[in-house]
Amino acid sequence: MIKKISLLLMLIATPVWAIEVYDFETPEQEALYQQLAKDLRCLVCQNQNLADSEAGLAKDLKDQVAEFVMAGQDAETIKQYMIERYGDFVTYNPPMNLGTAFLWFSPLVVFLIGSLVLFLNIRRKQHD
Amino acid sequence: MKKALIALIPLAVFFSLIALLYINMGNHSEVLPSPLIGKPVPEFEHQTLYSKETLTQADFIGEPWLLNVFGSWCPSCQVEHPLVAALANTGKIKVVGLNWKDEEQDAKAWLQKWGDPYHEVLVDYEGDTAINLGVYGAPETFLIDAQGIIRYKIAGVLTSQIIRDELLPLIEEVSL
Repeated sequence: MIKKISLLLMLIATPVWAIEVYDFETPEQEALYQQLAKDLRCLVCQNQNLADSEAGLAKDLKDQVAEFVMAGQDAETIKQYMIERYGDFVTYNPPMNLGTAFLWFSPLVVFLIGSLVLFLNIRRKQHD
Repeated sequence: MKKALIALIPLAVFFSLIALLYINMGNHSEVLPSPLIGKPVPEFEHQTLYSKETLTQADFIGEPWLLNVFGSWCPSCQVEHPLVAALANTGKIKVVGLNWKDEEQDAKAWLQKWGDPYHEVLVDYEGDTAINLGVYGAPETFLIDAQGIIRYKIAGVLTSQIIRDELLPLIEEVSL
């Protein structure tokens, strides 16, 4: 019985947010920090963001982000700092430039091709 | 006839996708281009491991040098270490170690065991300079010219092929 209950408890338990030890002065700063930790990629385990990552480097980068947030820097400055060092790849929301144009516009291209095919098909059906 | 051609389009797309994936199969997607190439070495101030001198980026101006990021905790660093040593021993380039996120005792023991080919070993136990250099794993190696500009970066283990085909030609270029 106890076994079953504990199993059940394990099933319904949701992962608790990693406990961060930074002392932010305001809730806004904390929110900004959380946002940045979610938007920045962990470079070691590249499919995780900083917030989720336990890698040593991710910890260092989180410390750095927290330090900047506490110093009153805004999100754009902090992201730029990371991009200058690690490249566009570090952010999950890459800026639009020549290198990332394909990434940004390929869904649109696929959509246009689909629309064209649909349009031609409908027109042909109407002619028939 | 036209219908047959249209029917072939998905097949053609499929095969070009296969071709694209096949061509890219050998490329390591984890290797990221560094935005720091062509930029000056970030400012730093580090103690050396043995002499306890404090060196800054300005102390390295005037001669090209290679910065090799390593740690005693890093098995891949051990793999490339003989190659780094061999390169340093040719005297073609000054090789400086950046001992990243390590402990002094461990680093010294490691260098004792595997040999110390470094002209100097800079100590970065906080990892500040590593972040400024965009380091995301050890080993990483940077080629810096006499003016202090980063010319080349390799993330990951140096191989004799990389040294021969990429690094040595660049070293000759910056040594002119």
